[in-house]
Amino acid sequence: MDALIDLLPELWTATYETLYIVALTLFFGGLGGLLVGLGLYLTRAGSILENKPLFFVLNLLVNFIRPIPFIIFLAAAQPLARAVTGSGIGNNAIIFTIALAASFAMARIVEQNLLTVTPGVIDAARSVGAGPIRIIFTVLLPEALGPLILGYTFIFVALVDMSAVAGYVGGGGLGNFALLYGYRQFNPIVTWAAVLLIIVLVQFVQFFGNYLARKALRR
Amino acid sequence: MALVSLRNVSKVYPPASKGAPSVTAIDSVSLDVEAGDIYGIIGYSGAGKSTLVRLVNALEHSTSGEIIVDGQDIAVLSERELRKVRLGIGMIFQQFNLLGSRTVARNVAYPLEVAGHPKEQRAARVAELLDFVGLADKAGSFPDQLSGGQKQRVGIARALATQPSILLADEATSALDPETTHEVLALLKRVNAEFGVTIIVITHEMDVIQTIATKVAVMDQGRVIERGPVFDVFSNPQAAASARFVSTVVKGVPSAAELAVLRERHTGRIVTLAFRDSAVDQTAVFGELARAGVAFEVVYGGINEIQGRPFGHLTLALSGADPVIDQVLAHIRTLTTVTEVR
Repeated sequence: MDALIDLLPELWTATYETLYIVALTLFFGGLGGLLVGLGLYLTRAGSILENKPLFFVLNLLVNFIRPIPFIIFLAAAQPLARAVTGSGIGNNAIIFTIALAASFAMARIVEQNLLTVTPGVIDAARSVGAGPIRIIFTVLLPEALGPLILGYTFIFVALVDMSAVAGYVGGGGLGNFALLYGYRQFNPIVTWAAVLLIIVLVQFVQFFGNYLARKALRR
Repeated sequence: MALVSLRNVSKVYPPASKGAPSVTAIDSVSLDVEAGDIYGIIGYSGAGKSTLVRLVNALEHSTSGEIIVDGQDIAVLSERELRKVRLGIGMIFQQFNLLGSRTVARNVAYPLEVAGHPKEQRAARVAELLDFVGLADKAGSFPDQLSGGQKQRVGIARALATQPSILLADEATSALDPETTHEVLALLKRVNAEFGVTIIVITHEMDVIQTIATKVAVMDQGRVIERGPVFDVFSNPQAAASARFVSTVVKGVPSAAELAVLRERHTGRIVTLAFRDSAVDQTAVFGELARAGVAFEVVYGGINEIQGRPFGHLTLALSGADPVIDQVLAHIRTLTTVTEVR
């Protein structure tokens, strides 16, 4: 317990780092997921921008990357992270790698949520002369907003998980904190403190996500 | 020049998988819809009627043929050019297809946004439209708070927002109960009468055709097998499929099974008389029977009215001496068509 009290400043720094990593990866990964997900949805057979080769490539890419365990992906994508961020380790490399992995995970969720929009509503928009860009912003995204918010809430939890794993390759945050001061120093109380903070964080975000989704669905 | 004119239009879907046959949804259809018509297209599911109507606003593209809308062949237009054409063609749907994330008023405003109308103009037009469909008090409601009939009225208001000259109704009443169906059909009739909007109605219900259409085309397996003024098709259907549709709302000549039932109760002679418009005077026909002293009972049939013109078939069981009956039937044959059923 005393050890934990001594470590409090490090714990707050770690919490801040986790929030920082998760916020940025949620932004970049979320955006990437939205783009790839929209790409999958729009190019599939029968959709408004049907494009079989492009759909095939996107689909293959998502299926290829998604099943890779994150810790392996972290190592495998390191050269790419180094090329993009200038370093293979540290927070920037971590943020890049997590955002990349999250993009592909989120793409599938976005695609599935968009598929819940009744095709008839898109017909109705087309029948009054709406083009694809307008349909995306005035029909697809607003109509699927509730499920999309829940999808992003879901991915938030996955991001917290990934950011913790990233402690292994020099990323900061609560995962790193738990490993460094708890696990390696045989101090379970320190580990539990980190776990507790993660649980609180996840609960809070899940609650907030549910609230927003309920508002979007007006239920 | 017809407002909508289809010339040898076909729509062929490529095979679903390798080796499977391609599917011909529309098989060289030619059709003319004049301005001001309420043109009904009837057929069973899979007859191609929905595909046909979706070709008119190019939601689907034809494989061959010309589709001339307001003097312009839309089959050769690009997607961008088609968007302008679609502003002049409203469409309503079986499942209403309202935007669930928008209020009633914002649903009706949607086509105006697409057309680029300024905001103040949109509000005035939306109020006017909601008033026309009788939903002024629902402007702030969301679609999931409305009944089916109300949703379709919002659909109609939305379809009319940009003042189109053509309205496509794709099974617009098929998800509604009979009473609501008639409310919506009455509204469509007003749209036609008050705004002069030409309406193309797709349906599998002959009742819908009977209630509002002026002309009808019967579709079967991608082809138009019969067409004409509604009265003509109803009173004298030529194709077997048309006769089946007509028989769903009009009791005509009894079928073999129905005749067997009639035979059990009536041992005398049974005849079916056709009454078509005012050309046949019922009083004269029944007067002949009365004068000859032939007693009769109406055992089957009915008289319908299409666009104010009565028509129908009545099947009578006659009782009397054979020679007397022969004589009176000969007289009646000069007045109308008599079919003796045995």
